[in-house]
Amino acid sequence: MHDVKWVALIIFVLLFGFITWLGFAAAHWRKGDLDQLHEWGLAGRRFGTLVTWFLVGGDLYTAYTFIAVPALAFGAGAVAFFAVPYTIVVYPLLFLVFPRLWHVCHKHGYITAGDFVRGRFGNRWLALAITVTGIVATMPYIALQLVGLQVVLGGLGLSGTGIAADMPLIIAFLILAAFTYSSGLRAPASIAIVKDILIYITAFTAVIVIPIQLGGFGKIFAGVPHELTLLKPPGPNTTGAYGAYATLALGSALALLLYPHSLTAIMSASSGRTVRRNAALLPGYSFMLGLLALVGFFAIGAGVSKLPEFAAGFKEFGNNYAVPALFLHSFPEWFVGVAFAAIGIGALVPAAIMSIAAANLYTRNIHREFINRNPTDKQEAQLAKWVSLIVKAGALVFILFVPTKFAIYLQLLGGIWIIQTLPALVIGAYTRWFDDWALLVGWAVGTYAGTAMAISQELKPTYPLKLGGMTLPGYTAFYTLLLNLAVVVVLTFVFRAMRGRQPVADQTVPSDYYA
Amino acid sequence: MNNNTVQRGERSTWSWWYLLFLIQFVAVLWPPFYNKMEPTLIGLPFFYWYQLACVVLAAVLTAIIYVITER
Repeated sequence: MHDVKWVALIIFVLLFGFITWLGFAAAHWRKGDLDQLHEWGLAGRRFGTLVTWFLVGGDLYTAYTFIAVPALAFGAGAVAFFAVPYTIVVYPLLFLVFPRLWHVCHKHGYITAGDFVRGRFGNRWLALAITVTGIVATMPYIALQLVGLQVVLGGLGLSGTGIAADMPLIIAFLILAAFTYSSGLRAPASIAIVKDILIYITAFTAVIVIPIQLGGFGKIFAGVPHELTLLKPPGPNTTGAYGAYATLALGSALALLLYPHSLTAIMSASSGRTVRRNAALLPGYSFMLGLLALVGFFAIGAGVSKLPEFAAGFKEFGNNYAVPALFLHSFPEWFVGVAFAAIGIGALVPAAIMSIAAANLYTRNIHREFINRNPTDKQEAQLAKWVSLIVKAGALVFILFVPTKFAIYLQLLGGIWIIQTLPALVIGAYTRWFDDWALLVGWAVGTYAGTAMAISQELKPTYPLKLGGMTLPGYTAFYTLLLNLAVVVVLTFVFRAMRGRQPVADQTVPSDYYA
Repeated sequence: MNNNTVQRGERSTWSWWYLLFLIQFVAVLWPPFYNKMEPTLIGLPFFYWYQLACVVLAAVLTAIIYVITER
């Protein structure tokens, strides 16, 4: 870590300079009045199929993903590939549910999940629960993007002591904060185009060039310990690794689109049809993610963890250093600069969207609901800009002063928390049958149980559920979602019986949900 | 799907073509199907290339459903 890779660093800085300019210039792209929240925070809902593809792709497939998925393959083997089924089963959900949400949000001027739930169920406390869950689940996610950035900065050889060590990260953060403040969602949308092109170039180069250097896939996998190559077949009376793999994929898919940053990117599309088209086009990113997961195995094959020049990096970043180390080992230095810039810029895009999404939530569903009920458009947009700064500063402070593993733990818990909003948001897009207070209790039960189960497993993502002599290890978020749904259904019956038939509050009508 | 009278909002109704989505769910959420080494493809174990192939399958199925239900 003591020698700076100058050529790589110069390429990296040039590309960063370019996207900084682009981020500020984006304010003038499809110009709108940035003193209105839906212009700043949703870019006026005008993005067509292609821009939405880059934006949602750049948003969901984050820098941390590109570091952590190969790192998981490097350390734990086949189970890391759950990212592929995960990002396959998410798209039918996008295709079926989110055009409905797009239409109803467009019709009523809803910007956030909290807006929709408030309108659909007429319960400000339920909307508050959805809002707080969204913000709390997003914060550690932003922090993890900065971790992704930290790892590539480390790979470039930028190190030091005290404040100097953190300087590059702080500079990158200031750039991010400034262009998000000035341009809103237009900034990450324009930068996503550059970032995604760089990431595609990097991923395809990696899966072609490195296997050639290492003598082919066959030779690489021959060098991978056998127990890492496949999932361990389950023994008697358990679904073992199979159940864990499938529920991790399905549960993660159900949770992904509920995150505020997903919804923000989807809502900025110009039509429900744009969203549907993207469900067919976005698997392009899933394919690339699968290729990048393979890169983790290449890192095993290349034996980078045993090379002395990478010892310090692995010591500092753990398995997250596998990808940077492999790139440094395999690529000429100028291309290392391109690849690292792809990952670094890849951190800024989702971080910007996440902070915008959290700012929209606070502004609309906490401030407007509980503090100032009648802000002007300008006040509302201005508040959101400030909140986006506060959110990012919080994430930066977290990364600088709290060990990284806590951000990872919190992000894991965030998945368990955010999935509890599914009954109100996803099923709520189809039916108003659920009682709003039943939804709130179901959310609380699911959140509490999920947190307790995760803590009982020392913050591993899966929980070994015991059922009639069988052990069913599965993703905690998935199990607690089932519990949440059961509570909601039972309590809806109970509350209806207690209260009798009363008209329900609902701003929306069935025809609001389609074109 | 196309024999309904074309009205605004017709797409809100259920389409049986959506059941095609089930194929990709079953294909990737049942690991016993694909948790094996053989046959390999250019040296890649079945486990990996099969799931990558499923990405392509999913994209094609979604595109088919889009084209049919959009008309």
